Amino acid sequence: MVNAFHPETLSKALEILAENPCTIMAGGTDLMAQKARGFAIRPVFEHPLLFINHIDELKQISLEDNEIHIGACATLSELLESQLIADTFKDVIRQMASPPIRNLATIGGNICNASPAADTLPYLYALDAQVEIQSQTGLRTLPIREFIKAPKTNGLQNNELLTHIVLPNKEFDINFYRKLGQRRGMSLTKASFHGLANVTNGSVTDLCLALGSVAPTIVRCELTEQLLIGQSFINIEEILPTVLNKYSEIIKPIDDARSTAKYRKEVSIRLIKNFLLGLGK
Amino acid sequence: MKIEFYLNNDPHEIEVDPAYRLLDLLREDFGLTSVKEGCGEGECGACIVLMNGLAVNSCLVPCGSILGKHIITLEEFRKTDRYEAIEKGFMDAGAVQCGFCTPGFVMATESLLNQNPDPTDEEIREGLSGNLCRCTGYNLIIKGVKLAMEKGAGLW
Ligand SMILES: Cc1cc2nc3c(=O)[nH]c(=O)nc-3n(C[C@H](O)[C@H](O)[C@H](O)COP(=O)(O)OP(=O)(O)OC[C@H]3O[C@@H](n4cnc5c(N)ncnc54)[C@H](O)[C@@H]3O)c2cc1C
Ligand code: FES
Ligand code: FES
Repeated sequence: MVNAFHPETLSKALEILAENPCTIMAGGTDLMAQKARGFAIRPVFEHPLLFINHIDELKQISLEDNEIHIGACATLSELLESQLIADTFKDVIRQMASPPIRNLATIGGNICNASPAADTLPYLYALDAQVEIQSQTGLRTLPIREFIKAPKTNGLQNNELLTHIVLPNKEFDINFYRKLGQRRGMSLTKASFHGLANVTNGSVTDLCLALGSVAPTIVRCELTEQLLIGQSFINIEEILPTVLNKYSEIIKPIDDARSTAKYRKEVSIRLIKNFLLGLGK
Repeated sequence: MKIEFYLNNDPHEIEVDPAYRLLDLLREDFGLTSVKEGCGEGECGACIVLMNGLAVNSCLVPCGSILGKHIITLEEFRKTDRYEAIEKGFMDAGAVQCGFCTPGFVMATESLLNQNPDPTDEEIREGLSGNLCRCTGYNLIIKGVKLAMEKGAGLW
């Protein structure tokens, strides 16, 4: 039997982590599926389990100084129900997994898993989300892109927990999200695209775009975005080939069981093109 | 690990491996065989039970997460008027063939109607998107849910 901890508070959880190497169990939808061994056979974990998804402090969603603070253990269903979460983010979440999985799955688990196919990540990259990380010795904050190191690797030390995700409280005039998969929701994403923009008087005042599942981590290119911001729709058509070339260089998909590199690249470039040409419509 | 939880409204205190799946606890230790294992990885919904009123896949829930939680399986839910409406709806629509998927669909339907008593067709499909059926082709199940909504009007 594995050992387990079920602390009531965050500080207690951090104290346990400081003393023991643990496997952190949030909703368990990734961990339990990975460790499943079949009917009535106990999943085996190397380290004691630290259960955190009941801890109140990690479930709060709040608005502070025009920033949305999301507790790492808020479930995807709780995000859908919260009035603080932007519709642009809810669009993404509604296409994840299924209602019963969303009742278990946490945003923190989705991030910590650091899968290139994790569906909350393109949005979090697009908004330059920050993550708050705590250990018994203190708190540090990292931009999401620095937290995600590589597929399946995040920036946490053994004694640290992801505690909050911080987002600017922002909506956009234009929201274009596409997730491509075998079966809507339940399937792992083959490729995804999130484009967000604000437009005034025929030109772009703000823009960010992020792509999932087409490189080891989420793709976002500020340099190219800066090229587009401030341009009129007509100019965007002119510089489109340059923009698409740039993305062609940085999109580095792989062939796998779900799809081919060629398909992923082509479809991503087309989604970018459709989004940019659609800005004026 | 010692855990206290409520199963079908009765309090229990048990000693259990915290990594043991809720699915196995319910079937093996409590003999609640309405809870089925289809896939064991969250894809099929045959193992859905209610945890604090919300549908969850019991194959993905480690027992260490159910401390203080209320778990309801079909064995208890079938005593309710809502269940009767769902049963009639499913039967009249021909929503059951081999029946393996049915307990999961019933629990998912309860969870859906509990949150949204008047879903559109699209919302029913979305609400049941975590359940697989190899027999009916789904349309009959959607019809079953709609009949249940009529028969059980006012219950949700
Ligand atoms: C059938 C099915 C369909 C799915 N569909 C989708 C989908 O469409 N899109 C998608 O993106 N994902 C999908 N997933 C994957 C999964 O549900 C999500 O990634 C989910 O958000 C993970 O959260 P969790 O709380 O269940 O994670 P857990 O399994 O509890 O944890 C995942 C990992 O993160 C670590 N961890 C969790 N929380 C913390 C924390 N606060 N601090 C430090 N480490 C932590 C854990 O130790 C573990 O390594 C699906 C999974 C299944 C089984
Ligand atoms: S057995 Fe749990 S979802 Fe299939
Ligand atoms: S009735 Fe046979 S699987 Fe649904």
